[in-house]
Amino acid sequence: MKTKNKRKLTIGVTGLNAIDSPGPGIAVIRGLREATSFKTRIIGLSYESLEPGIYMHDLVDRIFQIPYPTAGTEPLLSRLEYIHEQEPLNVIIPNFDAELFSFIKLEPRLKQMGISLFLPTLKQFEERHKANLLDFGKKYHIRVPFSKIIYDPGEVQRLDKEFSFPVVVKGKFYDATIAATPEQARTCFNKTAAKWGLPVIIQEFVDGTEFNITGLGDGKGKMIAGVAMRKQYITDKGKAWGGISIQDPKILALAEKFIRATRWRGGFELELMKDKNNELYLLEINPRMPAWIYLAVGVGQNIPEALVNLALGQPVEPYKDYEVGKMFIRYSWDMIVDREEYEKISVMGEL
Amino acid sequence: MMIINRNIAISETGFVFNPINGESFSVNPIGYEVISLMKENKQADEIMQYLLANYQVEPETCRKDLEDFMGMLKHHLLLEDKE
Amino acid sequence: MEKQRYERPVIKKLETGMPNKFGLRSEYVPITHIEGNSVKELLSTYGSPLFVISERTLRQTMEKARTAFTTRYPKVQFAWSYKTNYLNAVCSVFHQEGSWAEVVSGFEYDKAVALGVDPKKIIFNGPDKSQEDLKKSIGNDSLIHIDHLDEFYTIVNISDKLKKKPRVAIRVNMDTGVYPMWDRFGFNYENGQAWDAISKIMHSKKMELVGLHCHIGTFMLAPSAYAIAAGKLADLAHAIQQKFNHEIKYIDLGGGFASRNTLKGAYLPGIDSSPSFDDFAEAVTTALINGPFKTEKLPLLILETGRALVDEAGFLLGTVISNKRSSTGRRITILDAGVNILFTSFWYDHKITPAQPFTHYTEETIVYGPLCMNIDVIRENASLPLLNKGDHVVIHHVGAYNMTQWMQFITLRPQVIMIDMNDKPHIIRDKETLGNINAVEHIPEHVKTLPR
Repeated sequence: MKTKNKRKLTIGVTGLNAIDSPGPGIAVIRGLREATSFKTRIIGLSYESLEPGIYMHDLVDRIFQIPYPTAGTEPLLSRLEYIHEQEPLNVIIPNFDAELFSFIKLEPRLKQMGISLFLPTLKQFEERHKANLLDFGKKYHIRVPFSKIIYDPGEVQRLDKEFSFPVVVKGKFYDATIAATPEQARTCFNKTAAKWGLPVIIQEFVDGTEFNITGLGDGKGKMIAGVAMRKQYITDKGKAWGGISIQDPKILALAEKFIRATRWRGGFELELMKDKNNELYLLEINPRMPAWIYLAVGVGQNIPEALVNLALGQPVEPYKDYEVGKMFIRYSWDMIVDREEYEKISVMGEL
Repeated sequence: MMIINRNIAISETGFVFNPINGESFSVNPIGYEVISLMKENKQADEIMQYLLANYQVEPETCRKDLEDFMGMLKHHLLLEDKE
Repeated sequence: MEKQRYERPVIKKLETGMPNKFGLRSEYVPITHIEGNSVKELLSTYGSPLFVISERTLRQTMEKARTAFTTRYPKVQFAWSYKTNYLNAVCSVFHQEGSWAEVVSGFEYDKAVALGVDPKKIIFNGPDKSQEDLKKSIGNDSLIHIDHLDEFYTIVNISDKLKKKPRVAIRVNMDTGVYPMWDRFGFNYENGQAWDAISKIMHSKKMELVGLHCHIGTFMLAPSAYAIAAGKLADLAHAIQQKFNHEIKYIDLGGGFASRNTLKGAYLPGIDSSPSFDDFAEAVTTALINGPFKTEKLPLLILETGRALVDEAGFLLGTVISNKRSSTGRRITILDAGVNILFTSFWYDHKITPAQPFTHYTEETIVYGPLCMNIDVIRENASLPLLNKGDHVVIHHVGAYNMTQWMQFITLRPQVIMIDMNDKPHIIRDKETLGNINAVEHIPEHVKTLPR
């Protein structure tokens, strides 16, 4: 590898909240830092002043705060224009579900400014939404648990006609609770509706073992990368705190089918459940790289690097293999930070 | 009489840090000026005279806003009793 | 030396998890002028608060909607939804733009006739059409959209008496996958009520079934629901052709397109998330063109869009009455415009922008109206720049429903002006006076004398 002629790319990355329920940003940055096809200057894009990534100067070269997605695309665009003047960006990798809509909408305008993204299309993004999963499964012939979208508390009473208990009660954006009885389902419905609003999704409970796969689609139906993992230790927040790479041909075939059928563009994570009869169910599609993406890098598939190359229109050879049986174990780390840095990011919005 | 807590650190960017309880605040430039004047032991009337001399504002509005600001400083435990 | 512009001193606690000012700083751009007119001057000329309608925005929005549909479908007709905004000047702009009138009461019907709309181009909707209303509209050969069977029988009677064959459509309600389902209006598709009503009309031979109508909901964010509705009406039309050898002339998909306002509780601002006219048009026309009609027999497509055509053209200008604090230390700003004239603040987080320059410092603020009434809340939580007493604000996207649902409660309703294509303001509705209100009241003789 000839290092001296390597391009230097300036890449903006969000999701720097490397906390106990972490965003993927720091893991993505570690992948980019280890890229062999380019060198990087990393611009961290943060929402809050205490995102740990802000203070990780060995990984992040500069930080800018950006407006919350709730503010809309125009404020985000004008902030990105300002950042682009300070630090001309080649690529941005957004890592939060909540911000993807805005970035997808802005993709053509950012392209004009010379900033490349590699995101799913709006159609792909909407189609994979939790509330649309049943239709998604039907359309692409992928097995998903039976589910029902519920607006009316009265409908909860009649669930036993269509479901056998337990069921999973899911919020529109987040949260999933298992309800063992109709009474519990009613309580869960009320709690979930109060927290996330309507509708609430009632999903068939699939008993089995959970698996995850992360991957990268080139937008034309080809799988560029795919690494499967089984969680070994799960925190009380349901996040993987340790996991091991596995190679189940059925899981890889499902990911390949998902990419081929949807012509998926960008990174993703599929949450899967394998039931007692060895049947795989697709439970959820996350339209971005997961927080454990560094495992993929560690076993030989640098998905963040490949994603950047795809964003820039570079030819990318699909990864064929990865090391099976490698583990990731997460740990937390207390950094010592000067108040002046917190002050600067809080008051000036950049560091 | 209430005066501004002597330990309060305030920087020109408008960042205020209270080392006693670890809380941080931000103030706007005029708030920064008011706190700076308070640190120089200026009384409320003197501060008001200063604001009236430098800003386009009616005395009633200025007095009301200043009292409100002092109220918020007190609310945030940034004031202390002067013995 | 020139004194500096004053801004009140503020202190804000830095809390993690809270968006700081950089999260929100560019949300506010001062809107000092509307169509070339200074907000300050408009308010000093016409009084505060003040409704302003931009004729330019009305016509441009209409043009966008028309283009979206006519480039995709050969026969399209808009009908202006009077209930959304029936100020005569506003209706007239839409009629000049070629819209028919869509009315839901005798009052609105008379208003349209008085404006000079050809009665044959008035669509009469709604569950409450009196005997008198029906006689008049049948006599005028207007289009009557039947809501229930009682109305059907009334029309049968009237047509006998008048020896006229009224032109009618039925309103159909249906499941389009959206919640709530509006099944209180019209006849249900799924359970066969609609087909039953159609058969009754066809067998009666007393009226001509010219159209099929539906109106699936309000502030719809899913264009796909309109595709389902168009498909179901197309199937009904086809069945009528098969069974009665009768051709339906038009399909009226009603209104309900979302405007660019932000619904309370929505995560993303409406300006980004509401579908465009193109999105709605694509869904509707694809469903019709792929339906059972032969190309030369495609029915006329009628649209009764109201909100999405007029919301953006309306602005409410107001003035800060006072700034105070709640018992819990929250900032309160009181405006002179309240829910009495801004009814839509019950379901939208209306965008409020200052009408004068300001710094990027903001405070979390509850915005109240001036009424002596607890529910008078314009925004429960807005991160607003530091407004002084007497400062002006512009409340955006208020063109729909406010100038029809407003209340004469405690105070009088303000002036409404329209700014024309040359940026010239015209009063289109006077400020109400005590005389207007008293003119319709009567005091019985025996309660007239007051004790001395």
